[in-house]
Parts: sequence; structure tokens; C-alpha cells
Amino acid sequence: MSQPPILIANARLVDPESGYDGPGALLVRDGKIADVGKGPVPIEVSPDVRRIDADGALLCPGLIDLRVKTGEPGSEPKETLKSAALAAAAGGVTSIVVQPDTDPVIDDPAVADFILRRARDIGLVHVYPAGAATEGLEGQGMAEIGLLHEAGCVYVTNADRSITDSRLMRRLLAYADCLGIVVAHRPADPWLTAGSVATEGEFAGRLGLPAEPVAAETIMLERDLALVALTGARLMVDQISAAAPLESLARARARGLPVIATASINHLSFNELDIGDYRTFCKLSPPLRSESDRLALIDALAKSEIDIVVSAHAPAPAEEKRLPFDEAAPGSVGLQTLLPALLTLHHEGRAPLMRLIEAVTLAPARAVGLAAGRLAKGAPADLVLCDIDAPILIDAAQLVSKSKNSAFDGRRLQGAVRMTFVDGRVVFDAAGAA
Amino acid sequence: MTALAPGVDEVRSRAFPFPSRHFLSVVDLDPVQVADLLDLAESFVALNRQASKKLDLLKGRTLINLFFEASTRTQSSFELAGKRLGADVVNMSPRASSIVKGETLIDTAVTLNAMQPDILVVRHGSSGAASLLSQKVSCSVVNAGDGQHEHPTQALLDALSIRRAFGRIDGLTVAICGDVLHSRVARSNVALLTMLGARVRVVGPPTLMPADVARWGVEASTSMRAGIEGADVVMMLRLQLERMQGALVPSMREYFRLWGLDRGKLAGASKGVRVMHPGPMNRGVEIDSDVADDLEVSLIQDQVEMGVATRMAVLASLAARLDNQ
Repeated sequence: MSQPPILIANARLVDPESGYDGPGALLVRDGKIADVGKGPVPIEVSPDVRRIDADGALLCPGLIDLRVKTGEPGSEPKETLKSAALAAAAGGVTSIVVQPDTDPVIDDPAVADFILRRARDIGLVHVYPAGAATEGLEGQGMAEIGLLHEAGCVYVTNADRSITDSRLMRRLLAYADCLGIVVAHRPADPWLTAGSVATEGEFAGRLGLPAEPVAAETIMLERDLALVALTGARLMVDQISAAAPLESLARARARGLPVIATASINHLSFNELDIGDYRTFCKLSPPLRSESDRLALIDALAKSEIDIVVSAHAPAPAEEKRLPFDEAAPGSVGLQTLLPALLTLHHEGRAPLMRLIEAVTLAPARAVGLAAGRLAKGAPADLVLCDIDAPILIDAAQLVSKSKNSAFDGRRLQGAVRMTFVDGRVVFDAAGAA
Repeated sequence: MTALAPGVDEVRSRAFPFPSRHFLSVVDLDPVQVADLLDLAESFVALNRQASKKLDLLKGRTLINLFFEASTRTQSSFELAGKRLGADVVNMSPRASSIVKGETLIDTAVTLNAMQPDILVVRHGSSGAASLLSQKVSCSVVNAGDGQHEHPTQALLDALSIRRAFGRIDGLTVAICGDVLHSRVARSNVALLTMLGARVRVVGPPTLMPADVARWGVEASTSMRAGIEGADVVMMLRLQLERMQGALVPSMREYFRLWGLDRGKLAGASKGVRVMHPGPMNRGVEIDSDVADDLEVSLIQDQVEMGVATRMAVLASLAARLDNQ
């Protein structure tokens, strides 16, 4: 895998680790970042080095997306690891963590191994499995999380299903912590959310949609936080979606509890009204909340109360979306729109660019212990070069994903990926040369 | 003396073309259009009381009743309305046949659409189903009830019944009582009656009330006595049997005691109060037979009669639009 060295010159470097945002150049050799030249002084290189003129474009670490669903193994017509990897590359995402709710479930090291081998054969972006926290994701007994971790699972989660058994959750947190394994948990009270497809309120009421109150999230989060206090174990809260649970989170942090939290780009970009006339592409789990919830989430992201942003990429083919709203599958694809949607928040002046980039690079890397996510000498050369100002119109039909269910369909965003590098190799080039 | 039935030409002149290709929601209409539709329906009431009820406004047109949920009343009402206007009517209940084979709503609709019907009357258990279907077919779609969302022809026929009983709707106080949360009838009636100037209250236990119902432009009350005090119209809603088993209300008899309409509670309403129910009734649950069967106060039979006339008016108006195309 000997690649010629690449010099990316004349770029705007944004590195959340050092906090540097300014002109510079970057030398890539042997899959690593060999040199970072900050400031206008060019890096001197020999003439055999491939030179890419960034022309002032943004160069930042490749995105790390901790919450991606594919259909492989089990539902390949939805999405394969390859189609997801292609979508990731096109979106500037260089590492994806696939959710364990595949068929079979990733509750066995062999399944984790299968995914890692497939990813190696595909050879595009880094693919890491997340292990199932409980056997079969049933919430009854712990999965072999130690073995899953050894097999390469970067964290464990029960995916979309909350663990309702508090005793099991307590044991899981304590057990995982002693092995240094991060537990992610999606807080949702199963009784309050039963049958629900929207957030309770005037709008869902008028549409006649079965709905859940935000309290469903707050209640389960409060329980989880109490268990964190009890065990002292780390917890990654999977997708905070509203203002009320943010308050719970802030209180827990004030007490010094070891909690980190994610939010999906969908909940930062849309509110319940986007459901409009029963648009199933906006049927999500957790459901879209109110505009004040969305603004609170953005605010929390800007202040690092939300540490990490995920795409919550969830492919669903037409036959699962072209249905009445309550029958349609939840979820939106998001790998290709994650970066443009984040940059749009920057252009709208809602959050600082550095924090937005950090939330999809350094923060997730640190959360699960990856070496990527920074522009530093010796770090993996996982990079994205992006025309930060370029306006784009999202046409779901043109997305790389096998499933086209994008909540962003028809949206205008600002920020276009020009090139994506993984381990120093070009895995996507908008000019078509990849 | 029976009123002279209107001639075909007279009906035709009243049948203004429908404002849109489909009839999915009462908010598709403005108050003037509603008044025109109700006037047209009035003329069909007279026609329906004659021995010869047949017109040819929909002659040659095909109407398909596509009912994914069972409904004797609404389906036969649409069927009669279509037949009396001269349409060929086909009834389909895909519950039993194709859906179990995995065919989706859209597949069924596209298949039927290929048979070139003119009007598709749809009832489905999911909110928004009629709207979804209307985006995928080339014929007109009439919403005959979509989940917990809307039942627009029911609201029109209720408005017609009220207008005939009181001579107006504007300024009346209408109390809609019972399971508002799960009721498409309530949603359509709230939208239509408030549009027509009525003062609308919704009454029921909090477990059967939608969140933020007060923001619908209505007054909400959990007390039956307070809710129907001074009301001109008390509209009772059906409580589905499966919702009475303890999850939403403790029991049938407790529900009847606290929210069922009987003489005692009705006494607090306005003098001359009229009682309505979209049917089918759970006697002794949401309404006492004593009230339901009292023709002095009950409009329930009128509602059924107005149902056919109102649906004829809707179908005739949709056909007038088709004729103009």
C-alpha cells in the first residue's frame, strides 16, 4: 500500500485539537499526516510529491460518525457496507460505526469480525462495529461485551431499544466500565413511546398521529443518570433530542458525572412541522421535536453540552417509506448530508465552526478511543477537503446510498465536499478522479 | 305538502365545481363554499324523500368505495349517494384480500387507478392515508375517514343537520364530548364549526383529550356538567370498546356515570338543546337510550339522512369539476 506522498497546499486548516483555524498546508505520507504547515509559509517538498492546490478550501479531519445503520448483514437491499462506505466517502465521513441491530445481531464476535473483514475488502472508509449491549438486543441478559470489544467493537449499545430493566442496566454499566468499554444508551420510556410516531403537541394532535411526550426521554435519561451516579461508570447518551433532557444532562455534569451526549443532525436541522403533510422522510426516532427544542439543542452543541453530532444514518427503501405515516419505517439517511448540514448551521451563525467540526471529529474519536479526528503529525491521514461556501441543493434521488430516504430532500445547504482521504488515499473526488 | 323535488337542471346549476380535485379535509373549503355545498345538499334532501330518487349527474362515472376499515354506515351512504346520482359503484374491502398478501396501500390504489375510476372514496386506519393516496392516483379522492385525522363528509353532514335544526350555525355553542383524542369526527367538526362561527367546546377525561387541545380555538373542559352548560348542541363521540378496559378510563360504568350523556346532565344545557352522535352508538356507555331515542332532542336519525344528501352534494360537485376539465 505504498502511496506517493501528497501535499495539500493553500488550504484553510481547521483542527479542533490545536484550535487552529487558518491558512496552511499538510503533507501526507504512508497513510499518516507527515507534516502540518500552519501559516502562509509553504512546506518544502521534493518534486515527486503529488501536489493538490486546495485553493483556500477547508481542510479538516475526516468525519467520524458514531451512529450508522446499514443493511449488511441481513437487509442488503436497504444498504450494504459498500454503499454506506461510498456514501460516507462522498460526505467526507472517514470512519463509521455501524449499529448492532443487523440480522444477525452483532452480539457475537464472529459478526463483528465479518463486518471488519468486509470493510477491509471494500477498502474505502474505516468501518467499526458497535456491539450489542444485551444478547439479541432483547434487553434480558448481557451480551459478551468483553469478547465483542476484543473483536473490535468500539462501544456497546442496545441500538434503538432502551434497556428497561434497571437492574440489568446497572450491571451493564458497572461491568462495561471495568473493561474500559463505553456504553451508549438511547433514553426512551417504552410505555410512553409505545405506538408513538410523533411528538405530543398541537401539531401531532391536529394530524391525528399517535404521539409521545418529551418526558419519555427525560424519564429514562434521569434513570440512567441515577445509575451512572450509583456505579460511577461512563455513559454515552444516544441522541438527546429536546430541551428538557438537556437540563437533566446539565445537572448531571454539574455533579461531575462521567456522561457524554450525542445529538443527531436531523434534530439540529428540523422540527416537528417539517412532517407537514405526513412526510414520511421526516418520520424519525426519536421523533422530531418543537422548534424551541431544536434551538436548545443547537445552543447546547455550541456550548459543548452536546459533545458529539451523529448522522443517525438509517436507510429505508421506498417500500418502507411510501406508506401511511404510522406504518412507515422511521429514519433518514444522513452520511452525505452530515457535513453540509453542519456547515449550514455555521453559515446561519448558530454555532462556531470549530465546535461544529470538533463534534464530528475529535469528540467522537476521544469518546471511543480512535487516533483520528485531528490534524497532527503522526495522526492517520483521514481528511476532508470542502468548499465551505458552495451552495448545494439536496436531491435524494442523487444520493449514493441505496435507500433515498433523506429528510434533507429538497433542502438547500451550504458546503460541498471536494475530496475525501482515508489513510492518505483519495476515496472521493468530486471532480470524478477517484 | 311535500316540497317539489328539484329538477336536474336546477341541481346542475347549483352544483358548483369543487375547489380542488380531491376532498381530503374540511380546511380545503372556505365558508362560502361550505354554504353552497350545504345548499346543494338541501336540494338532495328533498329529492331523496321522493319515490323516484335517480339523477344522471354522475352517469357513466365510476365510483370505487375503498374501505380498509369496516363501516356499514359510511360505506352504504356513499354507495347510495353515488347510485342516486347515476354512477357505477363498486365496493372494495381490501382488508380481507390483498393486504394480507403484503400489498401496500399505494399498490392497491395504483391497481385500482389503472381501472380508470373517476372517484375513489377511501377509508383507512392511518392518519394521512387519503392524502398519500391522492398523490399517487389520477382520479378524485374523497376522504371517508383517515385514522384519527379527518372525516370531512361527517362534519359537513353534521353542519347541515345543525343548520336545518337551528336555521344557522354562527353563534351556536356546540359541545363535542367524549373520546376527542382518537376521534377524526371531532377534528373535522372542530375545524368546520369554528370556521362557520360556532363556539366549540370539547369535553372529556384528560386521558381522551389531545395535547394542547386548547390551541385548536376551542374551550376544553374535563367536566361534563360544565362543558355542556348552556350548549345548543351536544355532540357525543363513540368510545371504542377496546379503550374502555382500564387503560384510558377505569370501566364502562364509571365512564357512563361521569361522561355519559343522560337526562340529568343534559338538563344543564340550553333550552332547545339538540343531541348528535356520529354512530354507531354505545348505548349506556357514552349516551343513554332515553336521550338518544327522544326525537324532540335527538338529531341522530337526521344525521344519517343528511349523510346521503351531503355525500351526493360532494360527489356532484366533484363531478362538475370533472365535467369542466
